[in-house]
Amino acid sequence: MDAIIQANGLTKTYAQGEAAMRALDQVTLDVRQGELMLLVGPSGSGKTTLLSILGCILRPTSGTLRVMGHEVTRMAERDLPAIRRERIGFIFQAFNLFPTLTAAQNVALALDLKGISGRAAHTRAAALLEQVGLASKLDAYPADLSGGQKQRVAIARALAGDPPVILADEPTAALDSHSGRAVMDLLKTLAHDRGRAVAIVTHDNRMLGYADRTVRMEDGRIVADTRRESGFGIQDLAEGAVA
Amino acid sequence: MRPRISELAWRNLVHDKVRLLVTVTGVVFAVVLIVVQLGLFLGFTTTTSGLIDHSRADLWIMTSRVPYIEMGVPFSERKLSTVLATPGVAHATKYIVRFSQWQRRDGQQESVQVVGFDPEQRLGGPWNVVEGRIGDLKLADNVFVDELYKEKLGVSRVGDVFEIRGRRARVAGFTRGIRSFTTSPYVFTSFKSAQDYATVPEDQTVFILATLDPSARVADVRRALLTNVRDIDVVTTGEFSRMTRVYWMFTTGAGVAVLLAALLGLVVGVVVVAQTIYATTMDHLREYGTLKAMGATNGYLYRVIIQQAIISALFGYTLAMAVSWFVVRGSVKGGAAILLPLPMAIGMLGLTIVMCTGAALVSINKVTRLDPATVFKG
Repeated sequence: MDAIIQANGLTKTYAQGEAAMRALDQVTLDVRQGELMLLVGPSGSGKTTLLSILGCILRPTSGTLRVMGHEVTRMAERDLPAIRRERIGFIFQAFNLFPTLTAAQNVALALDLKGISGRAAHTRAAALLEQVGLASKLDAYPADLSGGQKQRVAIARALAGDPPVILADEPTAALDSHSGRAVMDLLKTLAHDRGRAVAIVTHDNRMLGYADRTVRMEDGRIVADTRRESGFGIQDLAEGAVA
Repeated sequence: MRPRISELAWRNLVHDKVRLLVTVTGVVFAVVLIVVQLGLFLGFTTTTSGLIDHSRADLWIMTSRVPYIEMGVPFSERKLSTVLATPGVAHATKYIVRFSQWQRRDGQQESVQVVGFDPEQRLGGPWNVVEGRIGDLKLADNVFVDELYKEKLGVSRVGDVFEIRGRRARVAGFTRGIRSFTTSPYVFTSFKSAQDYATVPEDQTVFILATLDPSARVADVRRALLTNVRDIDVVTTGEFSRMTRVYWMFTTGAGVAVLLAALLGLVVGVVVVAQTIYATTMDHLREYGTLKAMGATNGYLYRVIIQQAIISALFGYTLAMAVSWFVVRGSVKGGAAILLPLPMAIGMLGLTIVMCTGAALVSINKVTRLDPATVFKG
């Protein structure tokens, strides 16, 4: 599988008064096409910071990040939105849907960012919602949808730009187990059948079974990186990884 | 401009009607406050020079160094013939503006400003006459007063008789909306009666008002008058109006106080609008963060936020103008005029949009510096 995102020696330091807090410490990682990767670890271990940097929302203090071969750490700030728009789809724990827009309009908004609007956007939004099983909810507002349905709208929105990378932050945290499994099934399908690279931050141990790869973080470092190789069991990838 | 941005801005605003109401109320409050304060300033300023601005004269001739209309000093009326003989002068007439004492029927004394003019030529005469005819002032002792001061002067109807400095004065008509900046109402009467009421000697006048031939150049006539007539100043109506306004508004400090109140209104208004627009933007901060994560450029976010601000401004302005209209109408019969001329109303539209977008820019700064953690955390 090809690495779509390659992170090398990522460090992120936040100033805390006169001291500095290191949220990420020399993280090296790649995110591969067709792979569903889980980022796990305790609160404050740097998972969300890493996801933010992989999503080109946050800049690392040092280290390099390449997205589909482009080194984004050297890009100007004004060029990063285009990378996010074209190559990365985000899914959030709290869904982050626009409460004032219908399901179809929420998805169409993502298309509008790409310059697709009007009828073309509506048709594409309807098709995406149909893919996630919400063909009958095009005109429903988020307030009228269940948690699972909202997250599926968010997934449809993340797919609107047809991005090769999907980054999800606790996508099942606000869902019951049935809805959580449905969302994970969908994300797994995106990785395995559509060839997307899917990286998910999660605390939900029930989702570990979906992972092709599990990256465990503690104190800003990767302490274990294990990949489930089909037919070969679990393989440790990180040096000094904790099993 | 993409319609979707407008749609998002519009829906963000109207979705939470209570928030929209709070925002629009803030804008309305700010705009009405500013309109009232600026309108008062404009009303005061206009009132100070009302007699001059409505005089229909081209030139005012007076003794040297008269700073404003209430400070005219009597001089020989024989200068009138010299003025009339000056090339370019079409008409000229004697004119008096002097303080005097009005005695009500209950014996109470009220300070008034007697305005003496020639009812034949009508230069410097009353305007907005709502009862009586200006020609009635040709009769000795007849006076016009404004409806606004009926109660102050103890006047109830045409025909009422009073005394001005011990001389008989019969109310022959009323004007509407002719305010005096001082607390002394104007009493219009013939020049001859004014001489008696204001104790101006028979052979003297306080001003000479002149109109010019259409072909005459103001500068030439003024130069000729200054050459021909000794110990006088000649100013145009515009100049005298400005001199009087500047004196009352700035030299006395009265206008400075009103202007400061207007500026205070502006500052308070801006703060109120900024606070409400800022709060609205903060309410949607997570959504802006989401848009940013999705790849929206800062320009895209600016457009959404600024369009929301402009929509709020238009709502607020429209309602504020409706409220202001009632306030302005209410002031017509009040002690202080609040004016809202069209240019000011248009200017207020611009100011409202600037206030709202300025306030939005403060929140834009917050949006552009969004911590990504706010996007990812539930």
